Amino acid sequence: MARFTAEFENPDDARLLLGKIKNLAQSCDQERVRFMEVCGTHTVAIFRYGIRELVPRNIRLLSGPGCPVCVTPNSAIDQFIRLSRMQDVIATVFGDMMRVPGSDSTLEVEKATGADVRVVYSSLDALNMARANPDRQVVFFAVGFETTAPTIAATLFAALREGIENFFILPANKLIPPAIRAVLDTEDLALNGLICPGHVSTIIGSRVYEFIPSQYGIGAVVTGFQSSDILYAIYLLLRQIVEGKPHVETQYSRLVSDDGNPDALKIMYRVFEPCDSSWRGLGLIPKSGLKLRGEFSRFDFSNRFDVSTAESSEPEGCLCGEVLRGKKEPHDCALFGSACTPEAPVGACMVTTEGTCQAYYRYREKRS
Amino acid sequence: MGKLNRDEHHGPEFVTLAHGSGGKAAHELVTRFFLPYFDNPILRTLDDQGVFNIEGRRLALTTDTYVVDPLFFRGGDIGRLSICGTVNDLAVCGARAVYLSAGFVIEEGFSIEKLERILLSMKEAAEEARVAVITADTKVVERGACDGLFINTSGIGELPEGVEISSKLVEAGDVVLVSGNIGEHGIAIISQREGIGFETEIASDCAPLSEMVDAILAVGLRPHAMRDPTRGGLATTLNEIAMASGVEVEIEETLVPVSVPVKSACDLLGFDPFYVANEGKLVAFVPERQAQDTLSIMRENRYGRHAAIIGRVVSKGEARVYMKTKIGGRRFVDMLVGEQFPRIC
Amino acid sequence: MCLAVPARVVEIRGDTATVDMEGVRREVSVLLVPDIKTGEYVIVHAGFAIGKLDEHEALESLKLIRQVLKSEVEEC
Repeated sequence: MARFTAEFENPDDARLLLGKIKNLAQSCDQERVRFMEVCGTHTVAIFRYGIRELVPRNIRLLSGPGCPVCVTPNSAIDQFIRLSRMQDVIATVFGDMMRVPGSDSTLEVEKATGADVRVVYSSLDALNMARANPDRQVVFFAVGFETTAPTIAATLFAALREGIENFFILPANKLIPPAIRAVLDTEDLALNGLICPGHVSTIIGSRVYEFIPSQYGIGAVVTGFQSSDILYAIYLLLRQIVEGKPHVETQYSRLVSDDGNPDALKIMYRVFEPCDSSWRGLGLIPKSGLKLRGEFSRFDFSNRFDVSTAESSEPEGCLCGEVLRGKKEPHDCALFGSACTPEAPVGACMVTTEGTCQAYYRYREKRS
Repeated sequence: MGKLNRDEHHGPEFVTLAHGSGGKAAHELVTRFFLPYFDNPILRTLDDQGVFNIEGRRLALTTDTYVVDPLFFRGGDIGRLSICGTVNDLAVCGARAVYLSAGFVIEEGFSIEKLERILLSMKEAAEEARVAVITADTKVVERGACDGLFINTSGIGELPEGVEISSKLVEAGDVVLVSGNIGEHGIAIISQREGIGFETEIASDCAPLSEMVDAILAVGLRPHAMRDPTRGGLATTLNEIAMASGVEVEIEETLVPVSVPVKSACDLLGFDPFYVANEGKLVAFVPERQAQDTLSIMRENRYGRHAAIIGRVVSKGEARVYMKTKIGGRRFVDMLVGEQFPRIC
Repeated sequence: MCLAVPARVVEIRGDTATVDMEGVRREVSVLLVPDIKTGEYVIVHAGFAIGKLDEHEALESLKLIRQVLKSEVEEC
């Protein structure tokens, strides 16, 4: 397996890549170059390797909205929390969701006070629980982007085929390209390139990013998660600036193709269809979410449970929205590190290791 | 007198799983709530053991409660854990455990066959660690009131003369060692969990460290601080020591021993091995000139074959732990925040 | 936003496969990679293989990076 991972973590390659990056950054003739890594897993990788401090000062890496936990609206979390409190419900979630703050609680707290909340690694595990507990209703919190949505679609496919009646999802999956567009449409956000997500692109392919250079005039590199992948992507984006030729490049070619995974896309769109969706911090983005189609709509929890909640609202002073767009950095938020910490997160960005604010808090120098 | 006055502004209302996972929340629970009620100089050190004098003899006392689920896991069971854990809590301050107490809370309906297996494990572990359980107690509770079986063990041991080992005694220039591969216990446990499990040979590293510590002390080596990183992992332990001594610690990522299967399992679940529990590892902060000898002695022990030097204490002043990354970058290593949940992102 | 790990396909039974991740084995669904064969490599996310890892491309990627690193000429 080293050929896919360890080989791309070679420290000598890293050192040389940083040298190349430094040279190109100088010849860029720009006071500041701003790249955004869309994906939260990239944010974490960048911090884990310590890349932010290794790249030249004039390169600014901004974290984008690619953290599915961070962008799930308050109202969805509140709804799921209400579901979890119901006696006959087994509430199943990915571990990432356990500590996300809703309006006044988290699933972790609910579990501590008696709700049957269970962490699963796969939606298939949740379906197994439905099979094993026919007298209970299993509800699964369906979050994630295009990497995860096909897996949930496949699970629902199996559920339909088997005629399982006690399995439901709270649909909260979202699509990345519309979010990228929404970010790029942000006023006063001068970006010089995008580091595009590696695993979402495994599903959707790299062709979908063509709109970035063609409509916004900046480059996009689809890259992997090892140090050489990320550093090489930065190098490529710099090279594009210097050459004046923004385009889409796939650095993660060992996994990502132009068209992605057609089988996965097919199953995803068989079960789901795009809908307008609310992103925590970003607001409503047209056609950026996924809802259940026709014959699969029976799996929507709202057909079985009535848990209406109030509209989402952001906690006061929380800058998550602007942080997710790359307009502000965590340090710009008055709550960062004081009222809002990983132990007591106020906004979603602080909740998971992927959230920009938590990544900054945990991995960077503690500011006195 | 009643409840103490304190700032309730950020206080939790309920105890959560995070409070038990050994990281920041657990630390806070102890310092904010337990310490004020039991306050005394010995407890305030917040070491894993309480060291005290009785008529000129220095003794150490420790207690620990074992609530592991599942009760039986690859590499051990709650019984072995309950003996080794307490033996180790004494060993890390240089005290040789001699006598243990054992208290059992057993759920009604618990299988006698399982109980015997656990008692046998305890017997074998006690023999290996050369300790005796000299007093015990058993309570049975109604079905559902506890998860099968909980064990509490307390241990008492004597400190040899001139041995002063505490988290507060670390100096600038000290070298940091760990006795072997990290993350094994936590991964062994979670590999059997419903919905998350996977197949692996990874076994808990649950083991008594008393022999290793004895060998280190016997040749005159004197570590400044020692701990066995359990819940919260290596990172949490390093932070606890860094805070107790007020030092800046730099760890080199490439030097920290992690086995390939543990790394794979961590990658699968989205865990960081630095925060995964251990039950048979020793972390030692030793004066620089003693580092190589301490390393050799660790490696001579059957539980220390993969011992390694992993970093050093850079300076005294601000308490923090840094890591020099694989590619020469730097990242700050915090204590565990809450429980580590498996992630998909 | 997605943790996915490389794994080698050891055995396929219909829609499910046993995969090996260097010391860890798990059952995953291969519904999303229907053409995968034993011995090939996949990337695993949330209990599913979501894509095939191409060894040849991996080598080419590395070669490309190393080529760039060796080159002395910088474009300005």
